[in-house]
Amino acid sequence: MSLIRVREVSKVYSMGDVEVAALKGISLDVLNGEFTAIMGSSGSGKSTLMNIIGCLDRPTSGSYLLDDDDVAGMNEVELASIRNRKIGFVFQTFNLLSRYTARENVELPLIYAGFRNASERALKALKEVGLAHRATHKPTQLSGGERQRVAIARALVCAPPVILADEPTGNLDTKTGDEIMALFEALNERGTTIIIVTHEHEIAQWCRRVIQIRDGAILSDKLKGEA
Amino acid sequence: MLLWRAVKIAFRGIGANKMRSFLTMLGIIIGVGAIISMLSIGEGAKKQVSQSIQRFGTNLLRVSPGSARVGHVHRGTVTTLTMEDGEAIRRGVSGINLVGSSVQNMAQVKYANKNTSTAINGTTPEYSELNNFPVETGRFIDGKDLKLIRKVAVLGTTVKEELFGGGIAVGKQIKVKGANFQVIGVLKSKGATSWRDPDNQVVIPLTTSQKRLFSQNHVENIYIQVESIDRIEEVKQSVEKLLRIRHRIQPGADADFSIRDYTEFISALKETGQTFTVLLGGVAAVSLLVGGIGVMNIMLVSVTERTREIGVRMAVGARRRDIMLQFLIEALVITVTGGIIGIILGASMAYGIAEFGNWETVITPFSILLAFFFSIFVGMLFGIYPARKASLLDPIVALRYE
Ligand SMILES: Nc1ncnc2c1ncn2[C@@H]1O[C@H](COP(=O)(O)OP(=O)(O)OP(=O)(O)O)[C@@H](O)[C@H]1O
Ligand SMILES: [Mg+2]
Repeated sequence: MSLIRVREVSKVYSMGDVEVAALKGISLDVLNGEFTAIMGSSGSGKSTLMNIIGCLDRPTSGSYLLDDDDVAGMNEVELASIRNRKIGFVFQTFNLLSRYTARENVELPLIYAGFRNASERALKALKEVGLAHRATHKPTQLSGGERQRVAIARALVCAPPVILADEPTGNLDTKTGDEIMALFEALNERGTTIIIVTHEHEIAQWCRRVIQIRDGAILSDKLKGEA
Repeated sequence: MLLWRAVKIAFRGIGANKMRSFLTMLGIIIGVGAIISMLSIGEGAKKQVSQSIQRFGTNLLRVSPGSARVGHVHRGTVTTLTMEDGEAIRRGVSGINLVGSSVQNMAQVKYANKNTSTAINGTTPEYSELNNFPVETGRFIDGKDLKLIRKVAVLGTTVKEELFGGGIAVGKQIKVKGANFQVIGVLKSKGATSWRDPDNQVVIPLTTSQKRLFSQNHVENIYIQVESIDRIEEVKQSVEKLLRIRHRIQPGADADFSIRDYTEFISALKETGQTFTVLLGGVAAVSLLVGGIGVMNIMLVSVTERTREIGVRMAVGARRRDIMLQFLIEALVITVTGGIIGIILGASMAYGIAEFGNWETVITPFSILLAFFFSIFVGMLFGIYPARKASLLDPIVALRYE
């Protein structure tokens, strides 16, 4: 059964009379437990697709079913709940709140989920990414890799079935990038479905499935070993 | 999301920019402080009014010479009202408790080497009760003093202090306008109001004043105490009728006297006090409103500055109402904290005004509640627009915001 079912999804940005078709009828299925990379040149529509899958944005047309629920028919409250419980989003630029400590950043989804023991849970998630000793540090007191690990802890803290990462290693060096990918791999082995957008083939190597996108359409969709 | 968490988040937001938050709060502090202190001044004025009402007594009528039409005849120049009019009223009008007459003149009063200029109040024994002026020591003038035209005097405390200081006055001889008078009593102090000092007077028998000192035959006031308040109108009319006959005034012509009851005066006074309070409160409210606009301004800036934060929060599952609540509570925390500080500040100001400004101030629980709820209201009013603006942001647009 597919966890994510994207059908004929297109996205058109219109700025005045100029229209940009970022996605042109993409159809895509992602199964439970998959570890997928989305690749493609700059401007091909990867981020746009990720934002739609992550329920941060809505498609112009087409349908998107997450866990057999039609996202298009959802209201704002339901979407917020999906973002909170079903999806963990990791950004290229980390997007941590600078005034909050690492632990408080990780607590955020828990707070909106209404957990009472947010603090302990956040600490546990930080431990999972190996940053328990940095819990009281603010983002500015952390390295890029550490920041991204905090962001990953935040993404996984509510134990969502899907984690989406848009160029999570884009701002990191190769070694740190590999550490991050090892984290994702460990998460995937425990059953979390992971989709990663990347430019780098070395990063894509970590994934069992690689989807190539060009000009808003799928160019190829290969499983590892198919070559 | 739990409310206390929203409050916690709001405090973090405020703490992030302490100086700015404080300055914004200052607008509210000043506004609320102004409301509290202005209302306390207004309430103080009201209290003074009701105190003077108590002093006057409400079932009192006062007949004075001259037409009721203001400025028509100069009061002092009409000398047609006499002590005999008072007597006639007492005998001829029913529903009356007491009638007393009085006339005042300024004169020098001397004792040993001290002297002072004061009001010499020639009056009848009823004056003491009519005007709520009991004696502290000695006795008030009585009917015998009046009949025998005795040269006896009852001193107001101000005069007593001037002449005798802390010493004993009763039994001493003083000179009033050069004539020897014996002090028979000292009046209880009423305390000066801001516009006059009722303790600065010397009370002597009316007959003595008229015949021995100032050689005049008229009186300035006839005070009538009516049995009960609801008979005031009836008594007023009877007195009017009687005096018109006695003074031979043609029907339809202006009388050479006027009768005042205090109800008009009191309601006017009360109204003035009320207007005063409302006016002061209104001015203060405007300043709170200005403070509120400051809050809105800062909240709008804050929302813009934190657009990315809003995006992040939405990405991890914040609903629109969570965002709305966050910013609304932030505005409320600013205004309510400012409100509480303002209440304390306003109360201390009211205290200071009373202590050093020699003006009575009264802080009522009502004014504190009013200021408190008004500051909540201002926070709501001016917080809701920025909060709504924040909550309506599109998550993806907010995340991309530079
Ligand atoms: N908010 C927007 N308004 C208008 N056009 C947009 C907007 N966002 C993206 N686009 C356009 O849509 C297309 C796809 O953008 P997208 O961000 O998905 O590319 P991408 O594959 O993620 O590129 P990169 O690898 O550089 O991140 C681009 O041509 C871009 O100009
Ligand atoms: Mg992108």
